[in-house]
Amino acid sequence: MFNYYLELALRSLKRSPGLTLLMVLAIGFGVAASMTTWSVFRAVSGDPIPWKSSKLFVPQIDMWGPKGRGPNSTDNEPPDAMDYTDAMALMRAHRGKLQSAMYQISPSVVPADASKHPINVSGHAVYSEFFPMLDVPFLYGNGWSADDDSQRAAVAVISGKLNDKLFGGVNSVGRTVSIEGKDYRVVGVLGSWNPQPRFYDVVNTGGFSTGVEDVFVPFERAIAMGMPNDGNTNCSEIPAQSGFVGLQQSSCIWIAYMVQLDDAAAVSAYRSWLDGYAKDQQTAGRFGWAPNNRLRDVPAFLDHEQVVPSDTKVSLLVALGLLIVCLVNTAGLLLAKFLRRSSEIGVRRALGAPRGAIYAQFLTEAGMIGLAGGVLGLLLTGVGVASVSWVLPKDIASLARLDFSLLALTLLVAVVATTLAGLYPTFRASRVQPAWQLKSN
Amino acid sequence: MTLHPMISALRRHKAGVVLIALQIALTLAIVCNAVFIIGQRIERVNRPTGLDENNLFLISQQWVGAPSGDDPASVDKLDSLQQADLAALRALPDVASVTPINSLPLLNSSWNGSVSLQPGKDLRAGNARTTFYFSDEQVLSTLGLHLVAGRAFTAADVQHQAMRDQREPSIVILTKALADKLFPKGDALGKVVYFNGDPAPTTIIGLVERMQVPAVGSWTSSFTWYATLAPTRLNANFSRYAIRAKPGRLDAAMHAVTPTLYATNRMRVLDDDSIKSFAQIRADAYRADVGMAILMGVVCLILLAVTAAGIVGLTSFWVGQRHRQIGVRRALGARKIDILHYFQIENLVIASVGAVIGLLLAIGLNLLLMHRFEMDRLPVAYVLAGIVAVLALGQGAVFVPARRASNVPPVVATRAA
Repeated sequence: MFNYYLELALRSLKRSPGLTLLMVLAIGFGVAASMTTWSVFRAVSGDPIPWKSSKLFVPQIDMWGPKGRGPNSTDNEPPDAMDYTDAMALMRAHRGKLQSAMYQISPSVVPADASKHPINVSGHAVYSEFFPMLDVPFLYGNGWSADDDSQRAAVAVISGKLNDKLFGGVNSVGRTVSIEGKDYRVVGVLGSWNPQPRFYDVVNTGGFSTGVEDVFVPFERAIAMGMPNDGNTNCSEIPAQSGFVGLQQSSCIWIAYMVQLDDAAAVSAYRSWLDGYAKDQQTAGRFGWAPNNRLRDVPAFLDHEQVVPSDTKVSLLVALGLLIVCLVNTAGLLLAKFLRRSSEIGVRRALGAPRGAIYAQFLTEAGMIGLAGGVLGLLLTGVGVASVSWVLPKDIASLARLDFSLLALTLLVAVVATTLAGLYPTFRASRVQPAWQLKSN
Repeated sequence: MTLHPMISALRRHKAGVVLIALQIALTLAIVCNAVFIIGQRIERVNRPTGLDENNLFLISQQWVGAPSGDDPASVDKLDSLQQADLAALRALPDVASVTPINSLPLLNSSWNGSVSLQPGKDLRAGNARTTFYFSDEQVLSTLGLHLVAGRAFTAADVQHQAMRDQREPSIVILTKALADKLFPKGDALGKVVYFNGDPAPTTIIGLVERMQVPAVGSWTSSFTWYATLAPTRLNANFSRYAIRAKPGRLDAAMHAVTPTLYATNRMRVLDDDSIKSFAQIRADAYRADVGMAILMGVVCLILLAVTAAGIVGLTSFWVGQRHRQIGVRRALGARKIDILHYFQIENLVIASVGAVIGLLLAIGLNLLLMHRFEMDRLPVAYVLAGIVAVLALGQGAVFVPARRASNVPPVVATRAA
C-alpha cells in the first residue's frame, strides 16, 4: 500500500512542478539555515570534558568585598579568578581529591638548532595534579611529581606540536628545552589535546582559542623564575608594590583554580571549608565582610562566564524563526494543493477508502517533500558550514564541523517538520465530504 | 468597491488566509530585528577610530632571555633594547615615523583604569573609566591623531618605566570626549586629574579630537572614546611599535622591518602574527560583527523570497479555484482592472492583518533579545519601514497571479466548471 501512496505522491508532485519546487526550496533553505547555525551553537556550547565535568569545580572567594565590585555592580558575585594569596592558601590546604592553581604564560622557546629563530609559545604554569585531574593524554612520558612541584624543578610538559617542531616528533622525554632562556627537562609530551572551550582557564583565554597549549611548567617554578602572567590582571586597588612580586602581594586576580570533588559529600565538605576559610580571613581582619564564596562545577561556571557568544544564540534563534516561516509557508501550499484535489479525494472516499487511508496518502506526500527538502538541505548545510569559516571569527568557525549526526539530524528535522506541517492540510483533506464532491461534478 | 464580498470570500478559506497572515507576521518580526542588527553592526564597524589608518602597521615582538624589569638595572637594560629598535626602525627609508605603544585601537589588548578629579579615591569609584596608551613624542604624527587644544608631547617629556611600575604620569593628553566628561564646561586644559586612586596629580596638557579604546567587546561600551595618552615608554620583555610608512610604501616597509630587527638583535621572537597592517587589525576586530551582519542578511533574503513565493503560490491556487466566478463577474460587466484590484486589495487586507500581528511580534522579539542578549530597543522607524516593505512585497508577489486572473475571459462563465 505504501508503494501505491508513493506512486500517487510522485504523480501529484509532478503535476504541479512549480509548487513542488517551491516547497522543496523553502524546506531546504529553512533546514540548512537552522542546521548551519546549530552546528556552530553545538560546537561552542558543548561540554569539553563530558565524562568528568560534574566532578570538576571552580572555587570563587570574595577577596574584594562589595566595594571592589564598583558602584555600578548590581549582583553580589565574587571575582571569577583568584589572587595569589588565596590560591596558595587553597593549594596548601589541599582539601580536594586533586587540585591545581594555574596561570597563563607566554614564554619564548629557543630551538637547539642555532640557525632557527626563537619562537613564542603559549601555555600554563600548573601543579602536578593538573594532568590526572583533567585526564590529559600523553604521547610520551608523564606529568611531573608532587616533589617536583615543591622543589620547583626545572621540568616541562610540551605539546606534540612543539615536540614535532623542536625534536622532529621523536620521544623527547629526558631531553632539554630552553624556555625563557633557561633549560627545562622534558618529562612528558602531550597527545592530541585541545579542549574547547578552555574550561580550566576561561578567565584568561576568553573560552575559545585558535592556538594550542604548547608548554606546561610547575607553578612554583614559574613564580620563582619571575615568569610573568600573560592574560588578564584585574585589580580593585592598585598594588602597593611594583613588579611581579608586587602583584603576588596584591589582591589583584590573575590565577585560575580547579578542584576535583568526587561526590556530594566531598562538595559540601569543600564548600563548608571555603566558608570557614573566608570566616578566618574575616576574623583576621583581611576581609571586612561576611563569607561570599561560590563553588560551581564546569558546566555551571561556563554558563556563568557566558562562554557561548550571544551572537551564536541570536543566530540560532533567528534561523529557527526562518524554519518556522518555511513550515508555515509549506503548510499553506500543501493546504492549497490538497484541497485542489477534493474531487479525487471524494472519489477515493466514495469507493470505500477510510479516513486513515487519506491520512496515509497525504502524509506520505508531505513526507516526500520533506525528504526532498532534506536532501537539498544537506547540500546547503554543507555549503553553510563551509562558509561560516570565512564569516565567523576564526576561533569559533574552526569548531563547526559537518559530521554524520548533523547530516542525520538535517534529514530527520526536514522530514518530521514537513510531515507536521502537512498534518492540518491532511486533516482538512480527510474531512472532504465525498457526496458533495461527487454531486458538484 | 465594497470590502464586504471580499471579506465573506476570505471566510470561505480561513485556513489559507490565517497561514499567509501568520507567515507575513513572522517574516516582519524577524526581518525588522535582523535588519536592526545589521544596521547596528554596520554602524559599529564604520565608526572611525580617530587614527589615520592608511599606511599604518604594528609590530609586536618579544625579547628572549631579557631581564624581568623588576629592578632599576634591568629596566634600563630593557629600555636600551627598545631604544635600539626604535633607532633602527626610524632609519628605514620607507618609514615616515615610529612610536612605541602598548596597544592600538581595535587591538585585543588593553590597559584600563580610572580617572578622578579627587586624589586617593578608590580605584573603582573614579569619575570615569579610561584606557591608557603609553607612547612617546611621535605618537600624534605616527597615529595621525588630531590635536584640538594644548600641545603635543616633546622628547623632553618622555619618561620610561617598567610595565608593572605603578607610578602615574605627570602630564597627559586626553581625548576630547574624556575631557568633556570630566570637565563639562570645556575648560579641561591645564587642569589636574588623578589616575587609579593615586595621590600624585597629573596635568592635562593637550586634547585630541578622537581616539577609540583597544577592545571592541560590549564591556568597553561605557568608555569607548575615553582614552588617555601618557608620554611613557613601557619596559617589559616585549614591545610594540606603531609605524607609519611613507605614502604608498606600506608593503615595502612591512617587509623591511623583520631583517632590520633581527640585525639589531637576533634573540627575539618575531613570527607571522608579529607584523600586522592596521587594515588587518581592523578586519580581525570586526570579523564577528561583519559575519553576524552577513548571516542576518542571508536569513532576511531567504525569508522574503520564501514569503513572496508563498504568496504567489497560494494566490495562484485561489485564482485557479475561482476561475469560473471570475468569468461570471467579467460576464456581468466587471472590467479587467476590477479583477486585478480585487486580488490586490484582498492581498492588502491579509498583509495588513499580518503586519499588525507582525508589529506586535517584532516588539516582542526585540524585548526578548533586549532581555536575554543586551540588544538595544528597536526604533519605530525600522518597524514602519518593515511594514511598508512587507506590504510592497505582498503587492509585488500578488501581481502576476492577479494579472492572470484579470485575463480570464468572460466566456468561462458559460462553460461547465
